[in-house]
Amino acid sequence: MPPDSSANIQSDRNITLKAAVLEAMFEEMKCDENVVLIGEDVGAAGGVFKQTEGLFETFGADRVIDTPISESAIFGLSVGAAMAGSRPIVEVMFGDFLTLVMDQLVNQAAKVHYMSAGGFNVPLVLRTGIGIGGSLGPQHSQSLHSWLAHIPGLKVVMPSSAADAKGLFKAAVRDNNPVIFMEDRMTYNLKEHVPTGEKIIPLASAAVKRKGVEVTIFAISRAVHTALAAAEILLEEKNISTEVVDLRTLAPLDVETIVSSVRKTGRAIVLDGGYKSFGITGEIAATIGELVFDYLDAPVMRLAAPDIPVPYSPSLESLMVPSVDQVVAKVSTMFGDSV
Amino acid sequence: MTNSLNIEQNLAILDRMLLIRRFEEMLIDLDQDHDFGHYHLYIGEEATGATVVESLIPTDLLLTTWRNHGHLLARGTNPGRMVAEILGRVDGYNKGRGGTLHLTDREAGFLSTSGLVGGAVGLAAGAGFALKQAGEGNICVVFFGDGSLEEGVVFEAMNLASLWSLPVLFMCENNNSGAISAQEGGFPSSEIAASQISDIPKSLNINSKLVDGADVAAVHTVVTEAVSNIRSGNGPVFVEAYSERWPGSRPLWPEQATGVTQVASAWDESLLTGEHKEWIIEFDPLIRFIRNQLAEGLFSKDELFDRDRKIQTQITEARAFGEASALPDPQSALDGVFAA
Ligand SMILES: Cc1ncc(C[n+]2csc(CCOP(=O)(O)OP(=O)(O)O)c2C)c(N)n1
Ligand SMILES: [Mg+2]
Repeated sequence: MPPDSSANIQSDRNITLKAAVLEAMFEEMKCDENVVLIGEDVGAAGGVFKQTEGLFETFGADRVIDTPISESAIFGLSVGAAMAGSRPIVEVMFGDFLTLVMDQLVNQAAKVHYMSAGGFNVPLVLRTGIGIGGSLGPQHSQSLHSWLAHIPGLKVVMPSSAADAKGLFKAAVRDNNPVIFMEDRMTYNLKEHVPTGEKIIPLASAAVKRKGVEVTIFAISRAVHTALAAAEILLEEKNISTEVVDLRTLAPLDVETIVSSVRKTGRAIVLDGGYKSFGITGEIAATIGELVFDYLDAPVMRLAAPDIPVPYSPSLESLMVPSVDQVVAKVSTMFGDSV
Repeated sequence: MTNSLNIEQNLAILDRMLLIRRFEEMLIDLDQDHDFGHYHLYIGEEATGATVVESLIPTDLLLTTWRNHGHLLARGTNPGRMVAEILGRVDGYNKGRGGTLHLTDREAGFLSTSGLVGGAVGLAAGAGFALKQAGEGNICVVFFGDGSLEEGVVFEAMNLASLWSLPVLFMCENNNSGAISAQEGGFPSSEIAASQISDIPKSLNINSKLVDGADVAAVHTVVTEAVSNIRSGNGPVFVEAYSERWPGSRPLWPEQATGVTQVASAWDESLLTGEHKEWIIEFDPLIRFIRNQLAEGLFSKDELFDRDRKIQTQITEARAFGEASALPDPQSALDGVFAA
């Protein structure tokens, strides 16, 4: 249900990912008064990317809370608050600053429920922006999702599109565990039709974004759009039928959807904007190898960011993001095409 | 405050302030043509950086934040190579890898520019530690904003520096003394419960000073004494240099809010028109310094125009140098993750 009856019912429901998450926040804050938003500049300023605009005016300073530049304490406070009855949405401005909250996140939040044998929950959402683009440099461009997905007790969600973002965000707020919700800044302004009304997308559910029968591209967040563009070219230029699976949630992983797609297509490539080494692409490749090796017609391939800090210069930065051409070339090799 | 600086020193500080001002003004223009990454300007804080370096020696080490251009220029780095770095070109100080937020120049003694609030302060304690072990009387200066005091690592680093008597000058540039609020769409909404920032290090037994950061003479007196104390092994000093934030630094992206500086506005206020003219008259450190020094007879108006013109030419050349430099070969990004 939209928050402010008439004002928010638009005939044209093509809205951006950023607006979709904002709508989810409005709705969740409206229906549960324990939900609070905490972070740097999330209040009257409406967020440095205008991603929290209007919440302060609607819900007031008691529930939309500006903080000092103290990421570790803000997050620690949110964990404590969640254990004591709040349902905080905590914003960390850049995914790079997650390094500052790691102790409270990994040693505290992730373990509370397990260590207390179910005595306590930590129902909170840590929302942060990630991704590469616009020369933000090595300390403002990292995509550290695989690092977080490694920790038992944390859920990691990464939407690629507006409708998914809204439904997943609502599920994240209602989840009784610490959920890290990571949006690629380069997807913020992508628009799509977002249905009105209550549409919750369960966490740990991947989505088939394009059906195909010869190869599956597994992707997440921004990389899903690269995969979809590549799939189109593969069909037109090489007559290859490509399936695109958007993982949507890294942890827990929807293993069922992954293996059933590979059973059908027999070929898999994994695409990610994070680093290649020790990351999600390796995890999925290994999962496929363990569970459906017999169905494979080719080795599982991976395309991800090279293992270097994200450089500033536009010419260097461009190397970091797997391109449509690279995906097309890589998939072609799986069909015996030499690049 | 009376000026204990000699003529050469005052002129050197004037040149540095002019250089920083003209460099930063040029960047706003450069950004229109090149659209480089997010950046921050040092306009309004020049008196602090341009004066602090006067009390340092070449072997001292420095660290700074994203508001770094002024500190580097004050220490004598090449403006052309800085432009090249800001444009992400091969002739930049960091070969385009770091950009505006991470400019460093090893020769000038800069260890790092941290893009994370408070990030450089921990490293500064470490540099102080190594310098103390070496025992050659060098010190480390770290510049950081008032917002840094909100980060835990800054407290921890100051505690270590105090306990271990490390040779560190904590140079806190508090540009929040004017109203900067989220309500104006300003950035950031940083807040601290202490009524005075310099009270915080005091509680850790760190010698703490408060100074008008837009007053060259006052900064020089306080910093010279601090540096001499630190050099003689008496442990760290914390200096809070306060200033009235330049209106162009209130929005998320810098804006040319006060117009291109006219040095003549130091004596001819009729040149000033815009909505921020009061900031220029009362708080612009460059205009204040020119006004005082003219009164003291340090230079004539013609000499001032002359120096300003020379510096503007230097900046034009620096811009051309940066723009002429090539973008690095993409494949070169893969080199140098580990030291040999
Ligand atoms: C750890 C961290 N949190 C948040 C930010 C975003 N940020 C960049 S500058 C800034 C304000 C810092 O204020 P201050 O330290 O007073 O420096 P000023 O910009 O006023 O010179 C913030 C919050 C950041 N860069 N690093
Ligand atoms: Mg400040």
